[in-house]
Amino acid sequence: MGDTKWVDPVAPADAAARRRKRRKRKTRPRCQPKRRPRARADSLYAVDSKRRRRKAKRRVCQKKRRKPVRRVPLQPVPPPPAPPSGGGAAPEFRLSSPVATWSGAFGVREAERLLWRAGFGPSPGHAQALAGMGLHRAVAALTRPEGGQTFTGAAPTDGDGNPLAPEDAWGHDHLWFLDRMVRTDQPLVERMTLIWHDWFATSNDGVGQQNLMLAQNELFRRHWLGSFDQLVHDVTADPAMIVWLNLDQNTRWNPNENYARELMELFTLGADRGAYTETDVRELARALTGWDNDWSGELGYHNFRFVQNRHDASAKTVFGQTGAFGWEQAAAMCVRHPLHASFFVEKLWSYFIPVPPPDGDRAALEQLYVQSGWQVRPVVEAILLHPLLHEGPRMVKPPVVFLAGMLRALRRAIDTEAWTWLCEGAGQVLFHPPDVSGWDDSRWLDTSTVRGRWELVGYALAGRELEDEAITGYDISETPETALALARAAWGDPQLTGETAAVLTAFAEACVAGSLANWQRRQYRGLRQNALRHLLYFSPDLQTS
Amino acid sequence: MANCGCTEYSRAGRGLPAIEPGMPLPAGTGLTRRSFLSRASGLAMSVYGAASLGPKAFEAGIAAAAAQSAEPRILVSVFLSGGVDSLTVLAPTGHSRYGSLRPALAMPADQGIPFAEDASLRWHPSVASLATLHDEGKLTVFPAVGYDDPNQSHFTSRHYWEVGEVNPSGRWGWLGRFLDRHGAPDNPLQGLTLGWELQPSLAARQVPVATVSRPDQYDFWSPGVWGPVHDQMLEAFGQLGEAATGDAGLRYARAQVTATSTLRSQLEPFQSGYSTPAGVTYPDAELGRRLAALSAMIEGGLPLRVVAVETGGYDTHSNQAQTLAPDLDEVTRSLLAFQRDLEARGLADRVLVHVWSEFGRRPEENGSGTDHGAAGVGFVIGSRASGEMVGSFPGLLDSQLDGADNLRATSDFRGAYRALLEQWLEVDAGEIIPGASSFPAPTLVRP
Repeated sequence: MGDTKWVDPVAPADAAARRRKRRKRKTRPRCQPKRRPRARADSLYAVDSKRRRRKAKRRVCQKKRRKPVRRVPLQPVPPPPAPPSGGGAAPEFRLSSPVATWSGAFGVREAERLLWRAGFGPSPGHAQALAGMGLHRAVAALTRPEGGQTFTGAAPTDGDGNPLAPEDAWGHDHLWFLDRMVRTDQPLVERMTLIWHDWFATSNDGVGQQNLMLAQNELFRRHWLGSFDQLVHDVTADPAMIVWLNLDQNTRWNPNENYARELMELFTLGADRGAYTETDVRELARALTGWDNDWSGELGYHNFRFVQNRHDASAKTVFGQTGAFGWEQAAAMCVRHPLHASFFVEKLWSYFIPVPPPDGDRAALEQLYVQSGWQVRPVVEAILLHPLLHEGPRMVKPPVVFLAGMLRALRRAIDTEAWTWLCEGAGQVLFHPPDVSGWDDSRWLDTSTVRGRWELVGYALAGRELEDEAITGYDISETPETALALARAAWGDPQLTGETAAVLTAFAEACVAGSLANWQRRQYRGLRQNALRHLLYFSPDLQTS
Repeated sequence: MANCGCTEYSRAGRGLPAIEPGMPLPAGTGLTRRSFLSRASGLAMSVYGAASLGPKAFEAGIAAAAAQSAEPRILVSVFLSGGVDSLTVLAPTGHSRYGSLRPALAMPADQGIPFAEDASLRWHPSVASLATLHDEGKLTVFPAVGYDDPNQSHFTSRHYWEVGEVNPSGRWGWLGRFLDRHGAPDNPLQGLTLGWELQPSLAARQVPVATVSRPDQYDFWSPGVWGPVHDQMLEAFGQLGEAATGDAGLRYARAQVTATSTLRSQLEPFQSGYSTPAGVTYPDAELGRRLAALSAMIEGGLPLRVVAVETGGYDTHSNQAQTLAPDLDEVTRSLLAFQRDLEARGLADRVLVHVWSEFGRRPEENGSGTDHGAAGVGFVIGSRASGEMVGSFPGLLDSQLDGADNLRATSDFRGAYRALLEQWLEVDAGEIIPGASSFPAPTLVRP
């Protein structure tokens, strides 16, 4: 975000201010992607793809809700990563960091948290394998994987057994990215892609072309821990971004400030820090003039290019420097601005650790970042090794991270389109951030999205619940403790706090209390097992890491 | 996802926003079943019927309705996000520079609807619903509301409006502060966001507030669980949030689970739907559906106090001529339908609507759209609205625009908040809006 406070942190209300701002910011459908849900032919509004999608979603929702879900066979999941050097023996392997590193125990609990913060949680056995490597090897396994990604398990399908059509079908872009999170053996690659998607938040609500969105996603993936300088450069020439923030309409005749402002405010410098003035916004917009594209009914926007005649070649004064700057200088000047490194380090840190870095550590990381030539990897490694990640407070998992982790734990492939609208209810649809400032990490949970998460867990379990004879013939003597142990095992034995275990155990006792007939004693214990699995993964313990 | 750290500071460093853990469920009530039924006529008779609901749900409905025995006034905040173009809503056709500033977008002087309070301005045809309300004396217009030294960032300017002060580090919404002082410790519905996520103006430090998209879609299904085990399960759901913890992240998650559980019991009576009075028709759009639900919830006796809803799409940097009018039309027809709905239910004297946007747009167009500006347009709607314009239109001459060529504010949003607090909610504005006394309070409510 970037908005208000660098200097004086804070304000949840303010933070949330970013949220909805440009909700439908580019309402016009620059070109409508083919959508699976039938578009309303009677819609008065040529625009508003969002509204239309909401309607579509509701229809799907009513149709599919509570329908019995197909039973899904277990899918294999990625094996635990191997340490980068191939062997596990050398205990002195250390990554370098200019700041403090965690020196306490690195057990299963710590490995679980690392996998949630830098990925999508453990698949069964994953945390145990990582714990055996020690902290530095575990971090290196995430940040320095060898070779390309491997995707293990069944390919994603749409619920009818068809392969996804991520460039064409509505919601399949979301499923496509979600599937990568679930099946990858290099989770940090996908997590960084998600982070850049949030950082340079671009929404298909304004772009209207999933092919451009997916191309941008690959750009983020390519740069995952590379040079931020190069990333900003490439984003400025990215077709989805050019459409999203009107760079294609920013001409020497009619400058459009949209990209110039957000480049500084949200991507590189932050608002209200004294980094730039309103005049800088207008001058930078002139430096960024010149992009153009073509449009056709068949291809949508295509042939993105820089056209010299549309560019304002005269002198501009930006950050006190004067020159005939073009778009490449504009991008580079923002990254080289003296207030950029502090913005970058704070923001990157905030994706992994919910408390600010100590002042000295922040300064050291800024120095590391600038001296490395704006490389992301060393900064991320230092953050992942930092004691505050391992012993600091919990963070709420973003909804798609929560869901991807749940599917990893269940060994469940993407086998339904429902995840798209269910994620909307939980507050996060990929390729549709609420506005250009991205999702608001401080407000993931409220009375609406908490219910959305309840539904996510319910749908993840649907098709796997006990039913029929499994319920009527359930073990009549099962104790509450055994019931809870079974429910934990169904999720790969995640860690629970004592308070949560106590609530679940008390529930397990209460639902079979009183005088019951024998058939009730069996049936209620069967229902209890279904309920425990739902409650357990929904619990605040599992909503956070 | 994460942002600049600033939000994280608040979470970890200064305690979490919103609801505290350990919040009790709604207390029981002195209301009898009969008085409950008689009050909630119409909708309630069909929805709350004992035959269709278990006794537990019925009790929960009574408890919820009971929290509000005095039928207090309700304030609804409607946020038009993105910065609505005030020069489209009320076109300054009588100002000589209008045509040259807006060569492509200007409305011809013979179109639109005359504005009775200033002959130099005309309503755009897409906001005819506002003209109707104005003619009936139910619409108060702010032709140029804002603040000195305007900020042109969506996020910063909206933040100022939400916290009710020009302070980047303000942490709580102005309506949240009202609830902190005058609300209840156990009633999330007192501050209701109609939408998917909390409106920051409702962010309260001490008391719970709620977010709900539609009241009839707030059930908690679980695969393979039913009957008494499902009832026990929902109780355990609430208990998962109750335990105290020293971990800030866990505390926040637990508090939100508790608030959700409380709201679930309050909305239980609505699970079979709600109805709209005959003759009232809302546009088939999200805002209309939400306002229709809100009207039913008010009549149903749910303990609402302040409500916030957002509707977006006004950041018209490009293609403004194509996109703006349909959005304005839909939103203003929804607002008119809400007023008619309240009138039909006999609730119009209890509800006031405040409509705002984070800024207006620059008078000079950029080609096919407009960039961020400063002062913009705002409204108060209701049977009790004063109907009198607040501040004048500042003019478009060079000497009349500000240094950045934007519209100057002729009224301050904090003065409007002061008036809403004092005249409508009838509380001391000085305790809620910093420096309230330094902003003149316009007359917004008819005595």
